[in-house]
Amino acid sequence: MKSTAATPPYTLNHPRWYRKRVSTYWWLQRWEYLRFVLREISSVFVAIFVVETLFQIYALSRGPEAYAAFVNFLKSPFVLALNIISFFFVVFHSITWFDLSARAMSIRVGGKKLPGFMISGPNFVAWFVISAVIAWLLLRG
Amino acid sequence: MADTIKLEVSRYSPETDAAPHFQSFEVPFRRDWVVLDALNYIKDKQDGSLTYRWSCRMGICGSCGMLVNGEPKLTCATFLADYAPSPVRIEPLRNFPVVRDLVIAMNDFMRKLQKMKPWLIRKEEKPVSEGEYLQTPEELDAYKQFSMCINCMLCYAACPVYGLDPLFSGPAAIALAQRYNLDSRDQGAKDRFPVLSQHDAIWGCTFVGECTRVCPKHVDPAGAIQQYKLTAALDWVKSVLLPWGGK
Repeated sequence: MKSTAATPPYTLNHPRWYRKRVSTYWWLQRWEYLRFVLREISSVFVAIFVVETLFQIYALSRGPEAYAAFVNFLKSPFVLALNIISFFFVVFHSITWFDLSARAMSIRVGGKKLPGFMISGPNFVAWFVISAVIAWLLLRG
Repeated sequence: MADTIKLEVSRYSPETDAAPHFQSFEVPFRRDWVVLDALNYIKDKQDGSLTYRWSCRMGICGSCGMLVNGEPKLTCATFLADYAPSPVRIEPLRNFPVVRDLVIAMNDFMRKLQKMKPWLIRKEEKPVSEGEYLQTPEELDAYKQFSMCINCMLCYAACPVYGLDPLFSGPAAIALAQRYNLDSRDQGAKDRFPVLSQHDAIWGCTFVGECTRVCPKHVDPAGAIQQYKLTAALDWVKSVLLPWGGK
């Protein structure tokens, strides 16, 4: 059925139908919706981490003094608090992202659908291994 | 165990009411009764004007979907015992216009479903004398999960995107398009692509995932949509990278 100007792609109102407006606070009404909104908001914190890293690299390129000043800035209570919150959001973001991979990919091996954990599992393992290697490189002294 | 249970049923009369209100009914509490049994009891014994849809009472027709304590449910598969002793609140499905009491207008879903061409499309039909289009169990398995959809619209009631954007095609319609796309007998994936790869269709979905959680037939519409997003994205990459446009 093609929609033309005469038939819009939505259902026209009927004077006797009751339509309820979706509340502005719909996302507070169920935990699942709130969880979804938090997941979407987590991208802001991912962006904060990216920008912070770029500034860190920039400070590094300008020499030890500039870098020390930047590290000092990172130590301020406000930035520290923001980074702790960002860290939890980034972890949440990553977990939901890897969970999604299992849902978005339908891989069939020998005619059978691969169970979700076989797809998200390797992603999680790779995430932990790469994180551990980076942590080791940075923290070994 | 109490021998009655209270039902708070949403009532709306288009002739007299400006908005729905709740009416309470006391019905016998029986362990083997589902919400639909209680509604039928009310209609038979207490108030014949109570209006709702139902047909098969065994989870196949998909017509008795309502909100039970705010959660989209097939009332034929929702036991009173799971809610007792607190009152059970019955409302019409969210995100749809209410026609009367618990009956919603489903025109919008029907139109969106039709747009997806949910039937087998062949470039050329082979004559009947050549027999059926055969399919292996593996080929059946590729789409079977999505074919379990009974059009009950619980996923639409659970989807906040559909509530906020009436143009969104919605979970079931997309899952059913995918059901035919994945069918080895179907050759219509290219016909469905322009309808599916739209902001109003797959790209409108923000993967809240509630459609899958409420689905009584375990169709996983959210999975179907994400899978098609992947297909559409790969198609786009191919069309950009390959000189023959991924045809």
